[in-house]
Amino acid sequence: MRFYLATLRPALLALLLLSAITGLAYPLAVTGLAQWLFPWQANGSRLYTADGRLFGSALIGQSFTRPQQFWGRPSATQPAAYNAAASAGANLGPLHPQLSELVQARIAALRAADPDNPAPIPLDLLTSSASGLDPHISPAAAQWQAVRVARARGLPLAQVQALIAACREPRQFGVLGEARVNVVRLNQALDRLQP
Amino acid sequence: MSINGFAQIALFFLILPLLAAPLAAWMQRLYAGDAGWLGWLLGPLERGIYHVLGPLADGEQDWRQYAVSVLAFSLFGVAAVFALQLMQAWLPLNPQGMSAVASDLALNTAVSFVTNTNWQNYAGESTLSPLVQMLGLGVQNFLSAATGLAVMLALIRGFSRERSTGLGNFWVDLTRSTLYLLLPLALLLALLLVAQGVVQTFAAYPTTSDGQSIALGPVASQLAIKHLGTNGGGFFNANAAHPFENPTPLTDFLLVLAQTLIPAAAALLFGRLVGDRRQGRMLLAAMLLVLAAAAVATYCAEAAGNPRITTLAGVDSQPREAMPGGNLEGKELRFGIARSALFATATTATSTGAVDSQHDAYTPLGGLVPMVLMQFSETILGGVGSGLYGMLVFVVLAVFVAGLMVGRTPEYLGKKIEPFEMKMTAIVVLLMPALVLLPTALAAVLPTALTALGNPAAHGFSELLYAFTSMANNNGSAFGGLSGNTPFYNLLGAAVMLLGRFGTLLPVLALAGHLAAKPRLALGAGTLPTHTPLFAGFLIGVVIVVGALTFFPALALGPLVEQLQLWQATP
Repeated sequence: MRFYLATLRPALLALLLLSAITGLAYPLAVTGLAQWLFPWQANGSRLYTADGRLFGSALIGQSFTRPQQFWGRPSATQPAAYNAAASAGANLGPLHPQLSELVQARIAALRAADPDNPAPIPLDLLTSSASGLDPHISPAAAQWQAVRVARARGLPLAQVQALIAACREPRQFGVLGEARVNVVRLNQALDRLQP
Repeated sequence: MSINGFAQIALFFLILPLLAAPLAAWMQRLYAGDAGWLGWLLGPLERGIYHVLGPLADGEQDWRQYAVSVLAFSLFGVAAVFALQLMQAWLPLNPQGMSAVASDLALNTAVSFVTNTNWQNYAGESTLSPLVQMLGLGVQNFLSAATGLAVMLALIRGFSRERSTGLGNFWVDLTRSTLYLLLPLALLLALLLVAQGVVQTFAAYPTTSDGQSIALGPVASQLAIKHLGTNGGGFFNANAAHPFENPTPLTDFLLVLAQTLIPAAAALLFGRLVGDRRQGRMLLAAMLLVLAAAAVATYCAEAAGNPRITTLAGVDSQPREAMPGGNLEGKELRFGIARSALFATATTATSTGAVDSQHDAYTPLGGLVPMVLMQFSETILGGVGSGLYGMLVFVVLAVFVAGLMVGRTPEYLGKKIEPFEMKMTAIVVLLMPALVLLPTALAAVLPTALTALGNPAAHGFSELLYAFTSMANNNGSAFGGLSGNTPFYNLLGAAVMLLGRFGTLLPVLALAGHLAAKPRLALGAGTLPTHTPLFAGFLIGVVIVVGALTFFPALALGPLVEQLQLWQATP
């Protein structure tokens, strides 16, 4: 019994000491090194408008809804889409009745926004992302919207497609992940070209 | 399915053993007391810690003393994380002014992190301040993993020693694991992650010109140890699907590697410490074989997509370079199907429980595989430390079953497996299913529990089954549609997680104590060789049969019936 009580002392002291090392010294050291070596990334990969206001983060999607912008993937965050202070997914199972209703509504909305576009709609524009903050769409989804954006902005299609190509991120090292287009960077580039 | 998808999965299985082998050698060295240049750097700190802890940090402990040390340390851990959350509003480093956490949620989260579960009933960015994340959750990310390693070392010593009462010293094992293994790896990984875009700052959330408030925090430091320690509790609600927790396919690759690295190295370390490296290689091969099969199965199920969506008119679901296709609902585009499937299987095979996609939105068979991996008692790599001691219990069971078949007294590594060992093994093997199935059954008939479901019918049952499977096995991932932040789930969940962790850990320490006291018999002609492919296959068979027999009826009510409905509903 004396041993059991005696154990409480090293248990408490070990927790305090190791907490100071792993809970204070370690994160502060990482913060110091990160802010010194990679300040842009460590502070949220921020992008700015031409007049110096915060446009957003290159990694965090936004609720783009105007016809002259590229639109991102559906977002399930609450209370509004792309709430970057409360990430969340929809968590709808494959048979949830709401899922097919939502997808059908998204199809109808995209068709209504671009009635002249006969091409089938890429899947990623119809399905919500896991974080609700996905900054990317597939190259196919960017291509699908290119004509609409070019028309809304009065820009030549070739110029819009060149911007898509510039914002396209390939698979890392040719293998990892998927080819994708960063919608935030793409819209920032469009705004800089033609505010 | 594409060649690239299989290539991404294969690449992981090629690189993991290449990194695990040198790490195992390093671990052998540092647990023998020689931490090389790190020892030169951190040695004074290590000796200072022992000095403060006093005489108990010196000398051997028997299994009871070892167990009491683990329990006392964990008890203070729960108390500290609980108290930090309740006092959050009065503590510094709280730029968003988060208020105190409700006590049932705080208890659930405290137990969850101390037991290495990291079940997320809290939503990080809107509930917890950076200080609580660092000093509460982050600390337990290290210490719960180091505790798992310590118990694992005690069990390995049970096999490698003979006629001994000592199993090592918990305080020494804990300190060495933290200082020389977890800290350096975490520091290195955290900086790699920041370079790719993970944030690391104490600044308040900035607001864009369009009014979007962007959550930030000291994420990289937390994230690195969350994966290395197979913890899995996210800084953000969306966990590793959040672009600030997992910004690129490379970070996704690194996170999967990080959460499997120490469990894989632990298997090899076991072979080294018992003096027969083939034993470790056999265990690792058996684990990786099951994991590879699971990853491919999930990938195929998810790549097949959801026919409810892909058969709608005007939908482009053709997989190709410019669009991944498959079941993209609840997945991030940068990861696509293959990375998400690999992550989902690696996070449930190990007891990490982080997610880079919403498991709730998986196809029924795609979601079944992660659930089954947890139901294999977290033996396929498993948690840091806890995975190997869990697997060794199944090895004892396999040796026992094999012994019954030929009518010989079973022995493993020269240790006779006798009634006491089998009693402890039976407790470990049988407790977990009880902790999963009884609460699931209870929740399925309680109206207050059922209001938390996010999906109707069979999928709703899957949410319940997944939740208690995850908590009892200290995994922490979820079918996230379940709104678990209610007193019922918070309190019952805390009890399940505690019993799941310590109901396994204590019998394992008792087993270790009894094994250490036995002599190691010389291998005879009649000894069952346990390093062969034959035994690896037999071991896999035992793990699968125990898991499948126990859980098949429950799985039939959830994912299996749902998959049949999905096929039936498709024109």
